[in-house]
Amino acid sequence: MNSFEPKIVAFCCNWCSYAGADLAGTSRMQYSPNIRIIRVMCSGRVSPLFVLKALSLGADGVLILGCHPGDCHYIEGNYKALRRMPLLKKVLKQLGIDEERVQLEWVSAAEGARFAEVTNNFTETIKNLGPIPLGPVEEYSQGARHGQT
Amino acid sequence: MDKLKIALYWAASCGGCEIATLAIGEKILKLAEAADIVFWPVGIDVKYSDVEKMPDKSIDACLFNGAIRTSENEHIAKLLRAKSKIMIAYGSCSYEGCIPGLSNFYNRQMTFERAYVETPSTDNPEKVYPQTKVKVPEGELDIPEFYDTVKTLAQTVDVDYFVPGCPPEEKTTWLALEALITGNLPPKGTVISHSIKSVCDECPRKKEEKKIKKFYRPHEIIPEPEKCLLEQGLLCYGIATRGGCGALCPQANMPCTGCYGPVEGVIDQGAHFLSAISSIIDSNDLVEIERILDDIPDPAGTFYRYSLPDSLLRRARIK
Repeated sequence: MNSFEPKIVAFCCNWCSYAGADLAGTSRMQYSPNIRIIRVMCSGRVSPLFVLKALSLGADGVLILGCHPGDCHYIEGNYKALRRMPLLKKVLKQLGIDEERVQLEWVSAAEGARFAEVTNNFTETIKNLGPIPLGPVEEYSQGARHGQT
Repeated sequence: MDKLKIALYWAASCGGCEIATLAIGEKILKLAEAADIVFWPVGIDVKYSDVEKMPDKSIDACLFNGAIRTSENEHIAKLLRAKSKIMIAYGSCSYEGCIPGLSNFYNRQMTFERAYVETPSTDNPEKVYPQTKVKVPEGELDIPEFYDTVKTLAQTVDVDYFVPGCPPEEKTTWLALEALITGNLPPKGTVISHSIKSVCDECPRKKEEKKIKKFYRPHEIIPEPEKCLLEQGLLCYGIATRGGCGALCPQANMPCTGCYGPVEGVIDQGAHFLSAISSIIDSNDLVEIERILDDIPDPAGTFYRYSLPDSLLRRARIK
C-alpha cells in the first residue's frame, strides 16, 4: 500500500474550473483531499514562476485548470497557458523534475464530475511518482533577493 | 579625509570582471585619488593571512566577483564579509551564479568525470580525481574542497549591493564606484545599474507585434538591421533582462543573452523569459507549438544561462 500523501497545488481559473470545483463540492462528489486550490482569474495568469515556486517550496505536483479552448472569458488566456506548457515541461525535465508533475487540464463550470476525475487521476499519478526531490536548502542571507520577496 | 580602503576578490570566475574594473579608463585616476586598494590577488601581493590580521570592518568596501564553488571561495567570502563595511557582489557570477553556475545541471562527480576523464585532450587512464588531501614526501598537502552545488555570494554571506553584467559595463562599474567615493549610497539590496527597465527600453531596433512561427539560432540567419531581433525569430533575451548596458549586443546584430539579470522586482529571470517566449508563439495548436519549440535545443540552459544558482530551483535534481 502506498502511504505517501502528496501535496498538490491546483491553480483554478475563476470562470470555469473554480466553478467546476464548486459544483463538485456542492454536488457532494468525493475528490482527493491532496489538492490545495488557488483561485486565479485565468489559467493564462499562471506564470511558470508560480509553478516553479510551488515546486521549490515542496509541492509534489502542480495542476493548472482552465476553460476549454474557445471558452476563455478573456478570449485567449487559456491558449497562452497551453503554449507555456511544452516549454515549461522541457525545462523541468532538464532540471531533473518529472514532467508529469505539472499538468494542464480543461474543466468547465458545468463539469463537477470531471473536476473530481482530473484531480483524482492526477493525485494517483503523483502518488506513483513519489515525493519531489528537494534541492539545496541553505538559508538565504538577509540581503539575498529571494529573501526579500 | 582618509582615503577609502577597497578590496577586490575573484572566486569562481573567468577573470573578465577584473578586466572590467580596469575598463573604467582614466577614471581609475579618480579612484586612486579617493581610495587605496588593500587586497587584490590579481593586482597586488597581499596574502590571505594579511587580510586575516586586518581588524574587522576595516575595509570600506569589497568588490567580490565570482561564484562560490569551492571551500576556498566560501572561506574568503566570509573573511572579506567580516573585514568589510560594504560587500558588493560584482558581476553576474557573484550576483546570480552565471556560467560557472551552469554546472548546477550536474553534480560534482559528473563535472569531474567530464573535466578529468572525458575531455578529448585529457589522458587519465587511472581516473585520478582531485583529492582534498594528498601525502607527498614533504608532508600532507591540501587543496580546497569542490562543492556539489555552485552558490551565489548572497547565498553565502550578507550582501549590500549587486552590480550586474558579464562583465559589468564600464558605466555600470563607475556608477557603483562613484556611489562609494561620494558616499551617496543607495538602499541596501539595490542592484546598481542605470536602468530598472528591460534592455528593450534602450534598444533602438523597431518593435512591432511579436508573433513567431520559427526560431533561429544566430548562425542560421542574417538579421535585418533595424527590426527587433526577437520578431525575426532570434531568442533575444532583452525582454526579460535589466537594461543599463545600453543594448550593445542587439545593436551588433547579436541577440541579448541576459547577462544583466532580471528586471527590477523579478525573482526568476528564466521563468519570465520562458513565459514571454511561449506567449509570442503564433499558434494555438499543440502539435504545431511543440514543433516550433523544437527549434530551441537547450531551453533550460538558454533561459538560465546566467542565473541557475539564483533561480527558484537553484539546481537540477540528480537521481
